[in-house]
Amino acid sequence: MVYRQLAGSNSYAFRDLKELMAKATPVRSGDMLAGIAASSAEENIAARMCLADVPLKAFLGEALVPYEIDEVTRLIVDSHDGAAFMAVAHMTVGDFRDFLLSDAADAPTLAALAPGITPEMAAAVSKLMRNQDLIAVAKKCRVVTKFRNTIGLPGTMAVRLQPNHPTDDAAGITASILDGLLYGCGDAVIGINPASDSVPVLAELLKLVDDIIQRFEIPTQSCVLTHVTTSTEVIARGVPVDLVFQSVAGTQGANSSFGISLATLQEGYEAALSLKRGTLGENVMYFETGQGSALSAGAHHGVDQQTLEARAYAVARPFKPLLVNTVVGFIGPEYLYDGKQIIRAGLEDHFCGKLMGVPLGCDVCYTNHAEADQNDMDTLMTLLGAAGVTYIMGIPGSDDVMLNYQSTSFHDQLYLRDVLELKRAPEFEAWLQSMGITGPDGRLKPQGAANRLLSVMPNLAA
Amino acid sequence: MTKDAYVIEDAWAKLGRATPARIALGRAGAGLPTREVLRFALAHAQARDAVHSPFDPEAMARDVAGLGFETVAVTSAAPAREAYLRRPDLGRRLSEEGRAALAPFAGTAPDLAIVIADGLSSTAAHAQAPAFLAAFKARIAEEGWSTGPVVIASEARVALGDEAGEILGARAVVMLIGERPGLSSPDSLGLYLTFAPKVGRTDAERNCISNVRGAGLSHEHAAFKLAWLLKEALARRLTGVSLKDESDLLLIAGHPPAPRIG
Repeated sequence: MVYRQLAGSNSYAFRDLKELMAKATPVRSGDMLAGIAASSAEENIAARMCLADVPLKAFLGEALVPYEIDEVTRLIVDSHDGAAFMAVAHMTVGDFRDFLLSDAADAPTLAALAPGITPEMAAAVSKLMRNQDLIAVAKKCRVVTKFRNTIGLPGTMAVRLQPNHPTDDAAGITASILDGLLYGCGDAVIGINPASDSVPVLAELLKLVDDIIQRFEIPTQSCVLTHVTTSTEVIARGVPVDLVFQSVAGTQGANSSFGISLATLQEGYEAALSLKRGTLGENVMYFETGQGSALSAGAHHGVDQQTLEARAYAVARPFKPLLVNTVVGFIGPEYLYDGKQIIRAGLEDHFCGKLMGVPLGCDVCYTNHAEADQNDMDTLMTLLGAAGVTYIMGIPGSDDVMLNYQSTSFHDQLYLRDVLELKRAPEFEAWLQSMGITGPDGRLKPQGAANRLLSVMPNLAA
Repeated sequence: MTKDAYVIEDAWAKLGRATPARIALGRAGAGLPTREVLRFALAHAQARDAVHSPFDPEAMARDVAGLGFETVAVTSAAPAREAYLRRPDLGRRLSEEGRAALAPFAGTAPDLAIVIADGLSSTAAHAQAPAFLAAFKARIAEEGWSTGPVVIASEARVALGDEAGEILGARAVVMLIGERPGLSSPDSLGLYLTFAPKVGRTDAERNCISNVRGAGLSHEHAAFKLAWLLKEALARRLTGVSLKDESDLLLIAGHPPAPRIG
């Protein structure tokens, strides 16, 4: 169906919903690279005006990626909850924005609505929203998940402790873990990106983290971020795996370039569940996403990168993940050119994920060839903290020495807790206090060399 | 800097010996101490400079000619740095002028085409490529490979080597290219070897040797690895995921054996 819009003295036509969505997207380099971005500022706004009048129901009738050739579309269509959708079925995209901002859209209403929201609907309404709208609505969404602690409660923000090392050195990783714990990080997960993909190396890393968690009875979970099929194999060998990880994208083709399908994810999910290692809950999956991955894989079908990113959350949703994060600035300036684009994308991704009922965190990050710096990251993390982000990364000094990019640090989360009064997962908060790391107010206590944690590396501790 | 009463130092500073990661930094309130903010800012500035410092193809040509190689300079289809960063597709193809520059060498069919490119770090290309090539020259002599002119490519991505190698009719191409700079490694060179280069080859069809720099993989060791891979590639007529680097099996006490000639 062709969509038409007058703007000023010009008339614009958009071939189909896919083109309308792409032209309505706030400007970013990835859509320009794909050749699908609006060709003028006026066309961009004309597309948004047109999109505002599109009924939400239109997204149920017109697939942006064909149903016949894409299992992600089939998942979205076949699992759509029509009863939940009824509450907003009469609305246009513009009405939907107004509704989301209104007091009628409170936390229970939004939670009940989530299964009725397709990623395309979430993406469409986000394109009409300013940054403050994305923050205000996301903050009202409540997504709580559990494994050995409780993540996503109001007024909390968790942190993934990311202790990477360029050669997976056990002592080096342990040193970063201890530093992170002593800075009060690690309630989301202690998650290592390994340099190696060799099963024996991964097994050693998993045992290393599990030993620390068991020895100090830390109410948190571990993860080694390797391919889902590798995790399944490691589980079969009897190695302690808490969370199974996988990068996911919003089209079948892009997932295929990652070497996965929905069936592969299901196998990994079932393998993780079979271990029954969670004490409080059964959220056993950890997914990572990022705008631009489908274009990078040559599998974007002419759909804009922000909409495809929201579709990645639809891939994650049936597996009831503990954590999902958008690695927003990692992919490079050809997809998100500068700090302004990275900030916008981070807020969009977080909003879409939360609206869909997915526990979205954000790797607030950039590479050295992007037009971005620490000040942009300060801005984005503060905005996401205000928006109720589920978790952020904690990396020593912001500098990931294995992946060669910059993210948020152990210090950054302290700053956010101070200025926004954000607490940790309650079980982890209590543990930190019992270890003498924090006081009753959750703030770090002055720390000598005598903390029990440092007994893990006696030769280097004092 | 004098001892600062407002900085809380971490009692576990010795843990820092176990990792290059920035741990036990201390804090001023929730923030980094001034010294750490500045140390980080300097590292980021150096990495930014590595990306944006102009590549000097003439200086590179002089350095490479000094090693006894013929050279030819080309540019990619990306007209400038900003276009290069936004449009990776342009950096993967030669400009018209670039194709014209290679025309006199078309079909000379060397065993190996060598391309040096700025990539994402011109700093790395200048710092590492001539020194690496000096080490690799001995391996070329050892095997008696023909190489043709060294192609010096500006605003280039890895896949530009495919087009250059195809024009030359080379049996294989190696791209020596500045890698995306990290805070602790702004000057790291990557080597990408591709058998039977032609436009449209994928990354799965290449072998990569990364982190070639003083503090990473030494030039001599990288030269040994590349020679091992090239020998295998020419014999087995392939590169990529089916060719696993087993050169480590030939190391003597962790060091590559010396070249027999050179």
